[in-house]
Amino acid sequence: MNAQEMRDRLRDFVRSELLRKPDYPLAADEPLITGGLIDSFALAQIGVFVEDAFGVYLPDTDLTVANMDTIEQMVTCILKARP
Amino acid sequence: MTVGLDYRTLIEPVTERARRDPDRPSVVLIGEDGSEETVTAAQFLANAADYAAVLRAAGIRPRDIVILVMRHSKELLSAFWGALYLGAIPSIFPFLSEKLDRSLYVQQVRILVAHCRARAVIAFPQFKPDLAALLEGVDCQIFATDEVPRRAAAEGQPPHEAMPETVALLQHSSGSTGLQKGVALSHRAILNQVRGYGRAVALSESDVIVSWMPLYHDGGLIAGCVMPLVAGVRLVLISPFHWVRDPKVLFQAVHRHRGTLTWLPNFAFNHCARNVRDRDLVGVDLSCWRVINAAEPVRWDSHRLFLERFGRYGLTERALAVAYGMAEATLFVTATPIDESPHVDWVEIRALQEERRALPATPEAAGSAPMTSCGLPIEGAEIGTVDDEGRRLPERWVGEIVVRADCLFSGYYLRPDLDAKVLRDGWYFTGDMGYLADGQLYVSGRKNDLIIVGGKNVYPNDLEAIANEVPGVRPGRAVAFGVPDPRLGTEAVVMVCEVNGSTGSDETRRIESELRRRIAQQTEVTLHDVRLMDTRWLIKTSSGKLARTANREKYLREQGGP
Repeated sequence: MNAQEMRDRLRDFVRSELLRKPDYPLAADEPLITGGLIDSFALAQIGVFVEDAFGVYLPDTDLTVANMDTIEQMVTCILKARP
Repeated sequence: MTVGLDYRTLIEPVTERARRDPDRPSVVLIGEDGSEETVTAAQFLANAADYAAVLRAAGIRPRDIVILVMRHSKELLSAFWGALYLGAIPSIFPFLSEKLDRSLYVQQVRILVAHCRARAVIAFPQFKPDLAALLEGVDCQIFATDEVPRRAAAEGQPPHEAMPETVALLQHSSGSTGLQKGVALSHRAILNQVRGYGRAVALSESDVIVSWMPLYHDGGLIAGCVMPLVAGVRLVLISPFHWVRDPKVLFQAVHRHRGTLTWLPNFAFNHCARNVRDRDLVGVDLSCWRVINAAEPVRWDSHRLFLERFGRYGLTERALAVAYGMAEATLFVTATPIDESPHVDWVEIRALQEERRALPATPEAAGSAPMTSCGLPIEGAEIGTVDDEGRRLPERWVGEIVVRADCLFSGYYLRPDLDAKVLRDGWYFTGDMGYLADGQLYVSGRKNDLIIVGGKNVYPNDLEAIANEVPGVRPGRAVAFGVPDPRLGTEAVVMVCEVNGSTGSDETRRIESELRRRIAQQTEVTLHDVRLMDTRWLIKTSSGKLARTANREKYLREQGGP
């Protein structure tokens, strides 16, 4: 899967499952946690989703606000962790 | 259970254990990297004595307030018990998270220092320069944790022998409102709580308490720190930041240490059930474990979800229990009787809401809902429900829950004006609504507008004050309220604000982003929903104030809720 597909699926997941606003015009560089859109509790859920959807395990030490605050940062993190 | 019967202070049992059983492990700390550190009874006391010696040498005296600005760590435990050793009064401040704005955070420390006239702040070294600048000219000393020498020998001065009725510690909830309400608890009240609640859960020295709850929270501080150390029960501590991003650590710690007791806020049942992977539970045995739902309203479906998820690892229905309480009563005033499951009372939801009656119904009946019991009053506590005039209500009538107990607080620190609002004739008016049935307590809602998110108290006026400063929001035209979020198992926070200009434009999108960002960085609250409305949407009371309850109902009607 390429980065663009990953970005799209992550954005769909964040909008429908976390924000519960499928139509929210979410930009890839929009701060999610520091921007007050999703709670940091959701990082654990994102970790589980990433593994289910992309087969990439993110170690829990990667699941920080600094690493995962935007869709773009999440993609970078996943690509780095990909075997 | 021999706990807390004859002690006069919190430090006494810790001192006695260090002498009698010096090598017994008191605390196991699990690091964020999975490493473990065990602190024995003797080391624990020696670490506290080190902090006490530093504070004493600097002129800090018994009954002085000491604020702790520290991450969940051995240092925090040592500093907290060090203040108690000296007879000073510790208060733990929430640690800076990645989300909060650092400069606003440090300002909050300054506000707290001023409110409670603190004489000392102990902080991690990274905060010392900021705090020193902010507290210049204030009669309050700042200590960095790396300035405390590690002699690790319980020598020198013995612990201060405080009178049991003196204040042992202060608890604050965060936010501008919470910081002004320092709940002052005496040694006596806390020791009574340990005894009364300890009996209710048959706590014994063979128990092992596993906790991730933050120590600035009443549940984390009392159940997950003070009670085990006073009662001589081994404590396994996990950092809250670690648990929240990787909830499996709790289950693995329970298995590894044969954990027997954990307290969780309701949302944690959902968080664990949804975000722990099967492969992380291979071989895990939870059959010794009891899990007590506390700190926010209990949801029956959260218990079901948790049992369905973890039943196959040995968790039984009997292992799940409930406790109800508040910081003003040290921690808990009711508990599910030992070896029982929490009673579930099916009631007619319409009568509950409209007539304030809990009329029994069958689970199959349309419009019925399950209410989960918080159990019976613990020893030393009485519970009642009262109407708006303060008159006692019979069973199955919904009213404000009132508590009289030997573990009640001494008052809000330096704020007798606030005491008068909640204490009458020895009864504490909780602000929670509920009813009694067969002596068991059922909590149905709140009398005031407090929102409880994941066990954390959020005061709507704090959020509204922030909204009023956001450019574009009409000042004084913002309301915040909580709505139930069954999926997360807690309350979701909604804000409705009136704005100038047309809704749905780029301008309103900018206002929403700014509002969300400011609320998150100043209060750590994530808004579930923001509605920016035309003028005249919000309902006012006859006196011109915004009516939160009426606006909440209007929102739920119009939007359908979460």
